[in-house]
Amino acid sequence: MDLTYSAEHQAFRKEVIDFLEAHRDEAPKSRGAAQRPSPEAVAWQTKLIRHGYAARTIPRDYGGFGAEPDILESRIISEEFTRAGMQPGLQNQGISMLVPTLLELGTEGQKRQWVGPTIRGEVVWCQGYSEPGSGSDLASLQTRAIEDGDDFIINGQKIWTSTAREADMIFCLARTESDRPAHQGISYLIFAMDTPGIEVRPLVTMTGHAEFNETFFTDVRVPKTQIVGERGQGWFVANATLKHERGMLGDPGQLEARFLALTDLMRNETADGARIMDNPVLRDRLLRLQAELAAMKFNGLRILSASSNGSDAGLARLIVKLQSCELAHQISALAIDALGELGVLYDDSPHLRSHGNWQQAYMFQLGLIIGGGTAQIQKNIIAERGLGMPREPKLRIAEAGV
Amino acid sequence: MDFGLSSEQRMLQESVRRRLANVCPLQQVRDTVGAEKPYSPRVAEALAELGVPGMIIPEAFGGMGLGLLDAALVAEALGFGVAPVHFAAAHVMAPLAIMLGGTYDQQLTWLPKLASGEARAAVAVTECIAARDGAGVVARNGRLEGTSLFVLDAADADVFLVADRSGLIHLVGADAPGLEMIPLATIDKTRSVGELHLSGVTADALPHGGSDRTRRVIDAGRIMLAADILGASTAMIEQAVIYAGQRVQFGRPIGSFQAVKHMCAEMAAALEPCRSLVWYAAHAFDQLPDEASLMACHAKSHLSEVGRFVARTSTEVHGGMGFTDLAGLHFWFKRIGADRQLLGGPERVRHEAARLQGWVAA
Repeated sequence: MDLTYSAEHQAFRKEVIDFLEAHRDEAPKSRGAAQRPSPEAVAWQTKLIRHGYAARTIPRDYGGFGAEPDILESRIISEEFTRAGMQPGLQNQGISMLVPTLLELGTEGQKRQWVGPTIRGEVVWCQGYSEPGSGSDLASLQTRAIEDGDDFIINGQKIWTSTAREADMIFCLARTESDRPAHQGISYLIFAMDTPGIEVRPLVTMTGHAEFNETFFTDVRVPKTQIVGERGQGWFVANATLKHERGMLGDPGQLEARFLALTDLMRNETADGARIMDNPVLRDRLLRLQAELAAMKFNGLRILSASSNGSDAGLARLIVKLQSCELAHQISALAIDALGELGVLYDDSPHLRSHGNWQQAYMFQLGLIIGGGTAQIQKNIIAERGLGMPREPKLRIAEAGV
Repeated sequence: MDFGLSSEQRMLQESVRRRLANVCPLQQVRDTVGAEKPYSPRVAEALAELGVPGMIIPEAFGGMGLGLLDAALVAEALGFGVAPVHFAAAHVMAPLAIMLGGTYDQQLTWLPKLASGEARAAVAVTECIAARDGAGVVARNGRLEGTSLFVLDAADADVFLVADRSGLIHLVGADAPGLEMIPLATIDKTRSVGELHLSGVTADALPHGGSDRTRRVIDAGRIMLAADILGASTAMIEQAVIYAGQRVQFGRPIGSFQAVKHMCAEMAAALEPCRSLVWYAAHAFDQLPDEASLMACHAKSHLSEVGRFVARTSTEVHGGMGFTDLAGLHFWFKRIGADRQLLGGPERVRHEAARLQGWVAA
């Protein structure tokens, strides 16, 4: 057990801190991962890439910084930016999901065309995977891409397409080989969102905001060359991408920040003149969450060490999405309870605390428990891949010709 | 930067595990408990051969000079095997108390004997956490008066380390006039817990000790109990997974039903991060003094909660069989139940964690 960083890594940390001190005023104030980045945000992102604090390991040929992967360096960057209250560069689905997929499976031309503009924030992407009838069973998706000369003609509907209204481009799964079994008939297509025949309708969620959209395709014409990977291999291409998404959802740094905000709330808010922190029941709940958070944080360090040694942390990694989303939800739940009646306020009400953020988070985090692989799917993965338990026998629907 | 075990630590844990698998199969646990023995001499001997009694004692006093993380790995292995043997108090808390608070002469008298297994020590500090049934020990002119409950590793002790009301720990010979030890029957027959009555018993204070150092001793004990729960819970999950893979109902292994599979996944998901928490708490005890007590509290309270969940869920996965003596699962269930209550239950421990952070009004 060695929790100290090497001299090289310490020097690297100093470099990051110095950079942040010198340039922090240039960072754009607004965050909003879902929106199209402002010109200032694009300029800032370009600067971060030039210094190697964003797109660090993406090859220079494709517009990145071109450093060798070093998971501890990435960690140091993320820690220092968080400490400075700043995002370590843009975070969106194009950067976190499409770019790694193109780098792994795209053609040379696709990498050159899309990676640079995407990592700089000039091109915004949305993801077209889920459909109303295909959630956990994604491979059953029904959006069809029928061959017509040099094009595919796409018809169907996607759901949960966050940023579809802002996006320039979509990476999308569609069924190109209707005669093949479900997993082998899908292709991974990329096309422009202003292609005729695409309609985007905002999807309002329980939070009252439209964080997502429904996207409809009617005779959308896409050149056959805009496929990533082989025809019929889209399922495997998409799985390479999903792997990156699951990694994105478990950041202990974010959980820690939420917990600190909750602690501040309980120290500062009062009921009948007594600090909430002096309520032994609520305080006990806070301490329970603190212990759980500590466990998740150290679990994260264990995964980090395993990846930097080139080994797989196994179960420790498989449980992250399930446990982190649940913990985040519980932190918000306690904040609402600690606020008592004040916890019910929303929108722009008088007496509102933290811009209504706790209720908003409590609801949105329930969405995260469901999204990106539901809690139940996560449990199947933990049991089957982590514990080696038997799979559910498959129903013989295939024989019926579906 | 490397968050994990060294290869020596892996080897240590593996060798203790393998040894226990040999000398301490479930039948050995049954035989020991069935004969109403407080511990198994055979298992104790095996641990002594591996050097466990002296593992944290400095080499200068005949020990191995290892750290608390090494001790936690042994505790985990013992919990995994529900080993009926002394450990947390006898081999960790007692030597630690003497190392922290004893004079050189006291250390020279006791540490080599504890390391070699020639002498056995029990620890009586429960009243420093919370006194029940009017218990408590007062020191006056080198003599101790009072009672102490939940004395750990009590059976066959040659020396008792007894904390008085001020938190100072005293050495008391088992044969000292005025001392009486009464065994307490608990749910967990694999551990020995007792009650001490002291009436004007001559005692030898550890003069460099005091409440701060006794706190360290309790922290170490809590980390050992947390590690014991980690091991016991790991064993319970393993058994549940095996049983669910073998037991067939409705024509298929019950582990293929999601209702059962998800219970196992929930256990694993709750327990896996606990491993890192126990490692960190043990590491912090030796290396990060500012965090040590808080992390000991977190490890003890969190493992108690997760352990209780695993203990009941694993039993449920076993269905009716889990409820019987035949499966033997109850030995782990009870071990976890005892670990949870001893040295402070989770609510008490969390209260201390809050106090450590200044979150409790004075």
